[in-house]
Amino acid sequence: MALIVVDVMPKAEILDPQGKAVTRALARLGHGAVGDVRVGKRFELQVDGPVTDALLAEVREVADEVLANTVIEDVVDIHVVDEAAQESSL
Amino acid sequence: MTASTQRPSALRDTVDRAAATPEREQPFAALGLKPDEYARIRDILGRRPTSAELAMYSVMWSEHCSYKSSKTHLRTFGQKVTPEMGERLMVGMGQNAGVIDVGEGWAVTFKIESHNHPSFVEPFQGAATGVGGIVRDIISMGARPVAVMDALRFGAIDHPDTARVVHGVVGGISFYGNCLGLPNIGGETVFDAVYQGNPLVNALAVGVLRHEDLHLANATGVGNKVVLFGARTGGDGIGGASILASESFDDEGPAKRPAVQVGDPFAEKVLIECCLELYAAHVVEGIQDLGAAGISCATSELAANGDSGMRVELDHVLLRDPTLTAEEILMSESQERMMAIVAPEKLDEFLAITGKWDVETSVLGEVTGDGRLVITHSGDVIVDVDPKTVAIDSPVYDRPMARPEWQDALQADTARNLPRATGAALGDQLLALAGSANLADASWITDQYDDYVLGNTALSTPDDAGMVRIDEESGLGFSVAVDANGRYCQLDPREGAKLALAEAYRNVAVSGATPVGVSDCLNFGNPEIPAVMWQFAEAVDGLADGCVELGIPVTGGNVSFYNQTGETQIHPTPVVGVLGIIDDVDRRLPSGWQDDGQALFLLGTTRDELDGSAWAGAIHDHLGGMPPKVDLAAEKALAGLMHGVAFEGLATAAHDLSEGGLGMAVAEGALRFGNGARIWLSGITERDGVDDTAALFSESGARALVAVAREDEVKFTGMCEARGVPVLRIGVTDATSGEIEIQDVATLSLADLRTANRAPIRSRFA
Repeated sequence: MALIVVDVMPKAEILDPQGKAVTRALARLGHGAVGDVRVGKRFELQVDGPVTDALLAEVREVADEVLANTVIEDVVDIHVVDEAAQESSL
Repeated sequence: MTASTQRPSALRDTVDRAAATPEREQPFAALGLKPDEYARIRDILGRRPTSAELAMYSVMWSEHCSYKSSKTHLRTFGQKVTPEMGERLMVGMGQNAGVIDVGEGWAVTFKIESHNHPSFVEPFQGAATGVGGIVRDIISMGARPVAVMDALRFGAIDHPDTARVVHGVVGGISFYGNCLGLPNIGGETVFDAVYQGNPLVNALAVGVLRHEDLHLANATGVGNKVVLFGARTGGDGIGGASILASESFDDEGPAKRPAVQVGDPFAEKVLIECCLELYAAHVVEGIQDLGAAGISCATSELAANGDSGMRVELDHVLLRDPTLTAEEILMSESQERMMAIVAPEKLDEFLAITGKWDVETSVLGEVTGDGRLVITHSGDVIVDVDPKTVAIDSPVYDRPMARPEWQDALQADTARNLPRATGAALGDQLLALAGSANLADASWITDQYDDYVLGNTALSTPDDAGMVRIDEESGLGFSVAVDANGRYCQLDPREGAKLALAEAYRNVAVSGATPVGVSDCLNFGNPEIPAVMWQFAEAVDGLADGCVELGIPVTGGNVSFYNQTGETQIHPTPVVGVLGIIDDVDRRLPSGWQDDGQALFLLGTTRDELDGSAWAGAIHDHLGGMPPKVDLAAEKALAGLMHGVAFEGLATAAHDLSEGGLGMAVAEGALRFGNGARIWLSGITERDGVDDTAALFSESGARALVAVAREDEVKFTGMCEARGVPVLRIGVTDATSGEIEIQDVATLSLADLRTANRAPIRSRFA
């Protein structure tokens, strides 16, 4: 059993209303040290079999075509978490 | 995307540098300018433009901002006017939105605008920012936005890509409108393969103001401050206006498409309340929203409209992304921004109000009297132009026009030759029409919109028009409807445009209101194709003539060209919004009957007009012939009658006859509140000399179906006769049978009709 994690973030040039709202909330709560917040998404894909290169290529494709709206978002990272919970970034 | 205009600040392209380096090659073609347009800019300036000036001219001279292909034709609207049309008009074309005096010291502003291209690239954000943009136009007139409406056109309902666009567009509209707290009171939804790669998303907004609250986008008063407030400026939609909306989609795919804008409805809601408080405090001399072409557009239009000049320091623009170049700042289409002209002595009060609303504000510069728009960046002058050359005196093209060679063949291919059914088979056809994509119940879409928020909605979908109360004391209200029929326009763009006008006018009239103004959104294909330009010219001329005959002015709108994918041009689709006034919304007429045993009257004359009809399309997959004859005198008489009927309270329901003819009008009137009816066609076939098919499905104009209580029948028919509107008693409502019985033809159960009517949209997309 392994977990493939896909991280998606709004593109840098695009407005991120959620991030803006969090930034303002943090400032209101007195956490002035935080300058800017951007909010993305993390997808956890449970895989039953082995994580092969072919599977990762497929996940990469799914990430670009389904998980992320690449008009306004970027897939910033795809990595595998194995049973021993050791993360390995690809 | 804009890399071609990017350069290190040490090499900033100033006016002096531009004068000294006339030979430098500039990427005008990549920015959408033609060689002769670029030559003209050099001519105007007497030197080559700086890169910032080039950015500005390129977006402002784009088709979307400059109307360069349509301007010569749009002048028709200004020429074809009568004194009657100007009576209620407070602000006409040329400002952010038209304003109409509705009496009692109130005014209504409304406008419809397209957001077609962004909505194909990114349906959710494209449609959402379409709503946001049109609402800001309304705010900038000094009004409180009170309602929105949408005219949507998608590709074939069974095409695999249609669901993506439908879900995105509907989700985007409901997200933005619902978050903003504005009721969505109607619109239309059409599916047709011609819109497959180019959906139409036309958003209409309505605002209400007191006469004295009117504001204009004019920068006047030397020394007045130029203030930018609202969201920060980021890299959203740079070049969106010039590149995205002015070039056709081709097979190259998304590589060419620049970043789309992302909207924030909560920021816009704050902006609405902030602006209304600024107006109430009388601290705004002039105001303009930022939409396409962003700061380039706002500065040049304000200065040009005000016959003034402006000096702006770009360093004062608050940025979301500090790496933006001057060119990008000028072109950015970041949402939820406004630009105001503020007298210096009122600036502190202005800033206190925006501060209270947590709206970031910066003073960019001031109004000058020298007729120049001067923009500096880090102390360097990077723009020095006559604002009128940017905003008003853009190129005008008299593009070649030619009646398409296929037009005659199409018009000759009449629906008269199609086989006609009789008896029970006509009932099956009505059921099939009710279950066709374009006559289907769109409640799956409209249920996602909040239509009662603000508490003043008197009518909304599925009634013929949306109606909103303006004044709680008097009951004064307005009514709006949007309509277009691309199929009619394909057959005859001139008559098709008039038919769209006539239908929207009729929809408003049957709701009990008096039509007073028009806003239009003219969606067409590639204007560089003579056939498309001919369609456009015909439609504009037809619309202008129609407005003269009906005595109501066009108050504003927009033009959307390049709606094509590959070689496929969309049908010419002039979407017409008509605004009406009703003295008291209590006198409104719903489109369906609620009581048993009331008489159903058909107003108007039925001719055998099935060319281009829903019957021809949905039953026979046929499009050809000539659209129904337009009789605006009859429409006017019908509207006058309906006003009288509503005022006297002589009817309990009224529904206009349009797509699907009498058959669909009866079906919709019955389904509205679940009450059946018995009708007979013999009176129509005998009086008007048509067969059962035409009686049921003909789409002749100037007709309406009206429900009248027994005690009012005599008075009602008397009023019809006095006003010269043909009237025929064709049926009776039946609240118990659960059926529509068409005597001697067919009987349909309401349950079957409802199932069929809901199937296309709800079952496919839900």
